Amino acid sequence: MEYEIVIGLEVHSELSTKSKIFCSCTTEFGGEVNTHTCPICTGMPGVLPVLNKKVVEYAVKAGLASNCKIAEYSKQDRKNYFYPDLPKAYQISQYDLPLCYEGYIDIEVDDVQKRIGITRIHIEEDAGKLMHDEWETGSLVDYNRGGVPLIEIVSEPDLRSAQEVKAYLENLKAILEYINVSDCKMQEGSLRADVNLSVRPKGQKEFGTRTEMKNLNSFKAIIRAIEGESARQIEVIKSGGVIVQETRRWDDNKGVSYAMRSKEEAHDYRYFPDPDLMPIVVDEKWKEEIKNSLPELPEARKKRYISEFSLPHYDASILTSSKVLADFFEEAVAKSKNAKAVSNWIMGDLLRILKEKEMEIEEIPFPADYLAKLIELIEKGIISGTIAKKVFVQMFDERKDPGVIVKEKGLEVISDESAISGIILKVLENNPKSIEDYKNGKEKAFGFLVGQVMRETKGKADPKIINKLLKTELDK
Amino acid sequence: MKVTKETIEHVANLARLNLSEKEKERLTTDMENIISYVDKLNQLDTKGVKSTEHVIPIKNVFREDEVKPSFSRDKILSNAPEVEDGCFKVPKIVE
Ligand SMILES: [Zn+2]
Repeated sequence: MEYEIVIGLEVHSELSTKSKIFCSCTTEFGGEVNTHTCPICTGMPGVLPVLNKKVVEYAVKAGLASNCKIAEYSKQDRKNYFYPDLPKAYQISQYDLPLCYEGYIDIEVDDVQKRIGITRIHIEEDAGKLMHDEWETGSLVDYNRGGVPLIEIVSEPDLRSAQEVKAYLENLKAILEYINVSDCKMQEGSLRADVNLSVRPKGQKEFGTRTEMKNLNSFKAIIRAIEGESARQIEVIKSGGVIVQETRRWDDNKGVSYAMRSKEEAHDYRYFPDPDLMPIVVDEKWKEEIKNSLPELPEARKKRYISEFSLPHYDASILTSSKVLADFFEEAVAKSKNAKAVSNWIMGDLLRILKEKEMEIEEIPFPADYLAKLIELIEKGIISGTIAKKVFVQMFDERKDPGVIVKEKGLEVISDESAISGIILKVLENNPKSIEDYKNGKEKAFGFLVGQVMRETKGKADPKIINKLLKTELDK
Repeated sequence: MKVTKETIEHVANLARLNLSEKEKERLTTDMENIISYVDKLNQLDTKGVKSTEHVIPIKNVFREDEVKPSFSRDKILSNAPEVEDGCFKVPKIVE
């Protein structure tokens, strides 16, 4: 029997506000333990949390950018559970009246468009960090991250494969980056996902029983967790077992998931409205203001690249998948005016080298300006396309202006006819057999001789001139 | 409303309370009494009455996104029962 995987995601994204959600401590990552704390974010009795206005603004921005409705009236609730990373023994979150609801994000897998529903986006506070040490007698808690603002983006169970999940996460990440509300650094934990997954026989309408895997913090781990957990569930069902609704921990190193002790994880959070925090009312005027501050989003930018620069659909979606890359592209285009060439260099050499060196797009070592200059050197006939590829590698490795590289290494195209003529004569002298072959009608011999001249000039001779002069010489 | 021993055990577990059998028995009756007392409210017809999340009509209490100095770590940790390496030390948590 064939099985279908059904996935819903809860994505947590740290907002890039300067201060925490309910106090004025910094949200900066990586400070000395417990130095970004105060009585509010360590849950001391008697303190009064006051909501950071930017948090509401950013969450509404994220909602509008993912086609959500914005709640006119919204409130904050206490989610009660005991865990030492949560100093108050409750997390301030939103229960039944989230800020944003009923949105969607469009994805594309294998040229098929699909709309993934967003159930809701709500605001909440992040927890502290627990450090477990196998040999110690206790656990240590650092509350620097406690109280950093988060949005939780809950999707409908609309996703059907690991590829769809990847496309959804990539689009979501791109949107959050474009609107500048989160830096989405997964290695710093600013984007994490909980995966709700169930399987069912293909064609069955009812959902199967789902399990939840919490706090996956890399795209790769998420994909592997989906593959591992769906295989496990199908195996259980095939061997006549039943799936238990539970939270499972994905061990990415071992590639297996484990059931967590279900009693500890009893989902009985006893939400109730936080009496310290007043309702949030987003009126039309405020909503419009936020709407007007939204930049061009990935989808719109993609469409523009296709119409304005006549780029292929595929190229446009790759270029717009990251704001940094799209900005890099546009900056180079503004200088060079040759969008096709810029796109080709990015899609080809740049992305290939980044991949080879396992570097992120954020780590492109040279300014967009250099790429424009390199293209200009080719267009003006100063260097050949072959040489340009070598200059590009150098530009990447040494962060040097391509004009400087060309000058320093003497890579300019040789277009001096007398110089090329001399080399041609030398090559012909060394290859009498090829001359004979050519005269006997073997076209290949001509190509071979061109290649030899190119070799002599280290690829710097203008091929058009070689062709012309060689032909004249041979036909003499 | 009938309160069972299982309910008491569940609530006690959520509150991390360790109850003796005797306490469980007493609390079963206590809680039953409390709930039937509050249950009276259910007799009221609340159709069309908006839920009261807050009793005072104040909305949008915000602060601007400004960083101010945090507390000194020593001060923050001064009430902690146990401290190690600048952290609050808690009983070992195992997953
Ligand atoms: Zn604080």
